[in-house]
Amino acid sequence: MRMAAPMPREPVIALVNVTKRFPGVVALDGVGLELRPGEVHVLLGENGAGKSTLVGILSGRHRPDGGAVVIDGAARRLDPPRAALSSGIGTVFQHALLAPTLTVEENLLLDTPWWQRPKRAELRGQAHRLASELDVLVPLDARVSKLSPAERQQAEILRALLRDSRVLLLDEATSMLAPAGVDRLGALMGRLAERGVGIVLVTHKLREALAFGDRISVLRRGRKVGEIPPERLKGTAEDAPAAEIVAMMFGSAPPNLARQGSRAEALAARGRPVLKVSGLSLPPDRAAPGLSTIDLDVGAGEIVGIAGIEGQGQREFAELLSGQRRDGSGSIRLDGREIAGLTLAERRALGLRHLSDDRLGEGIAANLSVAHNLFLKRIGQRPFWRLGWERRRAIGKNAVALARAYDIRATSVDAPAGNLSGGNVQKILLARELDEGARLAICSKPTHGLDLATAAATRARIRGLAQRGAGVLLISSDLDELIDLASRIVVLRGGAVAGVVAGGSSAREKVGRLMAGAAA
Amino acid sequence: MSPQDLPADLGAARPWRPGKIFRWLALTLMPVLAALFGGGVILWAVGVDPLNYYGTVAGRGLLSPSGVQQTLTRMAPLLFLAAGLIVAFRAGLWNLGVDGQFLLGAVAAAASAPALAAILPSGAAILVAFSLAALVGAAWAMLPALLKAYGGVNEIVSTLMMTFLGVSLANLVVKLGLRDPETTVPQTRTLPVEDRLPRLFETTVSSGLLLGLFTIILVHLAMTRTAFGLRLRVMGVNPRAAIHAGLDLPWLTICAFALSAGLAGAAGAIEVLGIQGNVRADWNPAYGLLVVPTVLLARLNGFAAVGFVLLLSVLSIGGESAARRTGVPSAFTFVLVALVLVVLACSEYLDRRARNTPEGAA
Repeated sequence: MRMAAPMPREPVIALVNVTKRFPGVVALDGVGLELRPGEVHVLLGENGAGKSTLVGILSGRHRPDGGAVVIDGAARRLDPPRAALSSGIGTVFQHALLAPTLTVEENLLLDTPWWQRPKRAELRGQAHRLASELDVLVPLDARVSKLSPAERQQAEILRALLRDSRVLLLDEATSMLAPAGVDRLGALMGRLAERGVGIVLVTHKLREALAFGDRISVLRRGRKVGEIPPERLKGTAEDAPAAEIVAMMFGSAPPNLARQGSRAEALAARGRPVLKVSGLSLPPDRAAPGLSTIDLDVGAGEIVGIAGIEGQGQREFAELLSGQRRDGSGSIRLDGREIAGLTLAERRALGLRHLSDDRLGEGIAANLSVAHNLFLKRIGQRPFWRLGWERRRAIGKNAVALARAYDIRATSVDAPAGNLSGGNVQKILLARELDEGARLAICSKPTHGLDLATAAATRARIRGLAQRGAGVLLISSDLDELIDLASRIVVLRGGAVAGVVAGGSSAREKVGRLMAGAAA
Repeated sequence: MSPQDLPADLGAARPWRPGKIFRWLALTLMPVLAALFGGGVILWAVGVDPLNYYGTVAGRGLLSPSGVQQTLTRMAPLLFLAAGLIVAFRAGLWNLGVDGQFLLGAVAAAASAPALAAILPSGAAILVAFSLAALVGAAWAMLPALLKAYGGVNEIVSTLMMTFLGVSLANLVVKLGLRDPETTVPQTRTLPVEDRLPRLFETTVSSGLLLGLFTIILVHLAMTRTAFGLRLRVMGVNPRAAIHAGLDLPWLTICAFALSAGLAGAAGAIEVLGIQGNVRADWNPAYGLLVVPTVLLARLNGFAAVGFVLLLSVLSIGGESAARRTGVPSAFTFVLVALVLVVLACSEYLDRRARNTPEGAA
């Protein structure tokens, strides 16, 4: 039973004004989305844009705090996951959810209710028919642990289809695949769409979105910032939607005119280099592209932006500079002094600071107090510790002063830092990294996931630090932020410098193209 | 944002709100009472009068003069074990091999003390034997520590496996190497009573009790008030934050293991030098796995641990007496401790759920 492709299609599932909050963060803010049968709908967005939360809602793992999920014209609940499955939504997660010690067939039979005898013959018949119709080869008798990532994914897709899914949700489906596998998946999605299955492909890769998508929705900071319908996607020239999407993904707000002055000042104030990196390299590994001979300098009072989409070596670069990892090669000079051989603590003592983007993961120790977190990188140092013993009054007094200065809102500095909202956690980190003696601050995604007020305050802190004569390396994928703050923007791609663009509103397009991988 | 959220009262200390005390009581005493009740049900089901059993336990463990002295003496090694576990658990390391470390420490002390007592004054002999036991205990934990520090090998498995090896090795050493030729029972040479740890005043309570109290309080202060303790705690609560802050995780792991296992070895020495005087082959009191839930119940707080160790001592000394009187095997103490642990886990879960619900809904 095939559906004719050009038929006008009613949405199978529609999200209406869906909102989801987590403590301190609004993950989704009034998002509307319509999934139509026979269409590959790409959800595009940076990490943290809200894609995973949306997948969580569609697969029944999260319940929306506001808005509705409409299926066949009626509002329905998709949680728990069982409800999503019975509503016909099959999800293939980023990391395969098959039992590795069982064969593919046994995995598929796991859906059998516990009181029934597994119907092996029937399953085999169905599986073979589906597999041959879709032209995929899934070895039913092979153990899952022996399969390649692409084969596992196909097995999962097969499982979703055997459950009669009307909608197939593919979460970062291409991230584990080799380029050839990506193309095969694209072809498979096309054949599935012909059968009338609605497909949601979640990705942060622009190229795949353009290659496979019939319709593209772009998420940014928890909001849907745009949707490109099939007629615009197919009708126009190759480049036009790409540029539009880059603008949507990384910020399309008009440049903030009020800030132009400060950037000009920053440009003028660029003094002798605080940081001089030459030939910094790191061999690639399975997860990251490594770094290839990066040269960079940051002048006193200068804010240099490091742009790039996720995973182009930004994290490794920041960690090599801060001393959190020391397996790279090359020279790092801080105020003229070679620091590549120094430990993290020694570098910090010289004024090198690192504001991590993984605030809860590595920034704070959530169970310890706000005060201890404020001095987490100074454990054992005077005046807070003497002869190894903690001086509670000194810690308490200074913590209260820092909390006031940085507007950290906590019931007490003795409260666990984990009780604070995301914005206040960031203020703890700002106080810890930017206060006193900072010569060069590496700021990784400093406003990522923050509300507007805290984001503005954070940018003001960073700007203030530069005005006091320190250098700042601003690592971000947010074009608005980079253009607002940085006087120069270095674009990283695949662990190498793809280009350097002078700051200013004209940089937006150039940086966007360099990030997306198009010719500059 | 309401006015009281403003930073004006940031420094205000508010240590004990009534709600906090109530929660602490609910989360600490309730599991104990619930476990005693559950144990009573089990006793009743097997035909023993629970009131009679608990009466005997309390009477023999706490109320009779000789019972209370035995109870206090039993606390000494348990306090050392608790101190050792607090170090490891606060550092986020599950040193579950304390029984092996304890027994090897005991054997080291039992082997060295009689020989040392012959050439050194009694106090010095005890000190040397004690230190040797701590070193042996620490050495036995080095393999799991190095594997954890540099290979990321799960320490729960490695320390548990090392404990089996340690118990067997202690046995072997007693039977083959250190056997006292003057007795038929396989055991080490007995340390004369005058060379043991002195007793307190006119009682039979070993001065090991004071050493244990001193040690656990010192450990508590070290963990909560020193830079070293804070580094271990940072590693315990968030190893990635510790790496980000530039702490040397492998070194801290090794230090924490050495301290923890050293204290377990010292516990063995206290038992031998203060109470037993020798080590018999096949002797393994398995205190370690009893102290683990005790320390967790005390939430890794040294002062609270003293109270719970006292309770554990009463149960185990009283339980041994009650075994003779009521016919309930002394292993019933294990049942009670296990029940405490189960109830503790359940109440912790309920508490976490109760606290998370309003936040999630907000």
